[in-house]
Amino acid sequence: MDIIGALLDTLRNTLLDVAPIAAVIFGFQFLVIRRRIPNMARFLVGFLCVILGLCFFLVGLELALFPLGRAMAEQLTHVEFLYGADAALDAVTYHWSHYYWVYLFALAIGFSAVLVEPAVIAVAIKANEVSGGAINVLGLRLAIALGVGVGITIGTFRIVTGGELLYYIIAGYAVVVVQTFFTPRQMIPIAYDSGGVSTSTVTVPLVAALGLGLASSIPGRSPLLDGFGLIAFAVLFPIITVMTYAQLARAWERRSDRTRPPDREES
Amino acid sequence: MPILAVIGFFQLLVLRAPLPDAVGVLAGLVLVVFGLTLFVYGLELGLFPIGESMAYAFARKGSLAWLLGFAFALGFATTIAEPALIAVAGEAARTAVQEGTIPDTLDARAFYALELRAVVALAVGTAIVLGVVRILKGWPLHYLIIGGYVLALCMTSFAPDEIIGIAYDAGGVTTSTITVPLVTALGVGLASSIRGRNPALDGFGLIAFASLTPMIFVLAFGMVV
Repeated sequence: MDIIGALLDTLRNTLLDVAPIAAVIFGFQFLVIRRRIPNMARFLVGFLCVILGLCFFLVGLELALFPLGRAMAEQLTHVEFLYGADAALDAVTYHWSHYYWVYLFALAIGFSAVLVEPAVIAVAIKANEVSGGAINVLGLRLAIALGVGVGITIGTFRIVTGGELLYYIIAGYAVVVVQTFFTPRQMIPIAYDSGGVSTSTVTVPLVAALGLGLASSIPGRSPLLDGFGLIAFAVLFPIITVMTYAQLARAWERRSDRTRPPDREES
Repeated sequence: MPILAVIGFFQLLVLRAPLPDAVGVLAGLVLVVFGLTLFVYGLELGLFPIGESMAYAFARKGSLAWLLGFAFALGFATTIAEPALIAVAGEAARTAVQEGTIPDTLDARAFYALELRAVVALAVGTAIVLGVVRILKGWPLHYLIIGGYVLALCMTSFAPDEIIGIAYDAGGVTTSTITVPLVTALGVGLASSIRGRNPALDGFGLIAFASLTPMIFVLAFGMVV
């Protein structure tokens, strides 16, 4: 396999992606602020590390995980796998309980994809810094990952049963609104942010493949209308789990006065 | 690597097929771990400091117009070139042709996709500006966000069906791996350079706006077109 070629290709794409950002930063830095960047060399090295790191990361994913993940999403949602090779397509009564492997896969893939998501790591590091260590980096990442896993599972359930996307979303946001009033104020912005950061480089391609595969294997579902919309679940549910995490952490602190907040959450 | 465990489990036990191309998978894993390490290292060295130092510089300069201009430019520039958004916009143009919203020509499709990208980029630019104003004024985040989602839900019932899924997804795809650390550092830097603002309480929340406003803007776009 031509790793070098893939690397160069990804490098070019990443550079194109980064170019407008760099232009804005340097434009404002030189024209408006008109002050030299402190530690210019250090900053440039850091920027280079980010770009190169992202390249290696993406090429590695493309090499190792994406093809398999996509293929599996297709295989698991395939009619032959679900009902056996000899099942006639229209004779089968579709029932949501036949899809248990799909749910389990959705939960597992959502959870593990978010755990390696670079954007989530970045926000968790910052949250840890800002809170003076009160927010555990791994704990926050686990909470977000659990949220995406559960969200995507419910999203696949919706595609299978064919419910209205809007009702699920309304119910989810109702939970968010109620929870907001019981969550420590410091954690609310971080929780709201975690919805947006969880859907990034790793998660979106895998989740989209799952949604499109599922929607095209079930009769009466349109890949365009039902296949999309899984991302909306992946944005919504981390907000809920991170707030739950914050509530549990506070409850834990109160109970055992000065011990550290728990690393894991159970829910 | 948790993803590998998941895929291995399903591949071997559920589908009962062997892993193809084990060498390639292994090489890929090494690259993933190496790349992630390098990324996190560069984050601490480059992206976090530049975001914060620019926030301090703007706060010292005291020019609101430039700060808001920078916020908008950052949001707009990072979104318009986002690969995930380009993919979604192309998909959306294809749906629009099927629904008969636009004529089936290459030009019309390209124009529709470009329009959609511009709308989303505009939305993210607006979101960052709104988020920065919120940090400066110290408004509580949850009222704004909840209000925004109520607005989005109300608009959903009036918007054409085919745009809804795309609108909801647009919120998720706009926040890329390089934008997130920069924007987070900008927010935290601003909040900690203004007296009376708590970095945790006021510094976060920019991303939340950036995933909310594209929904509203795209829904509005679907209603107008």
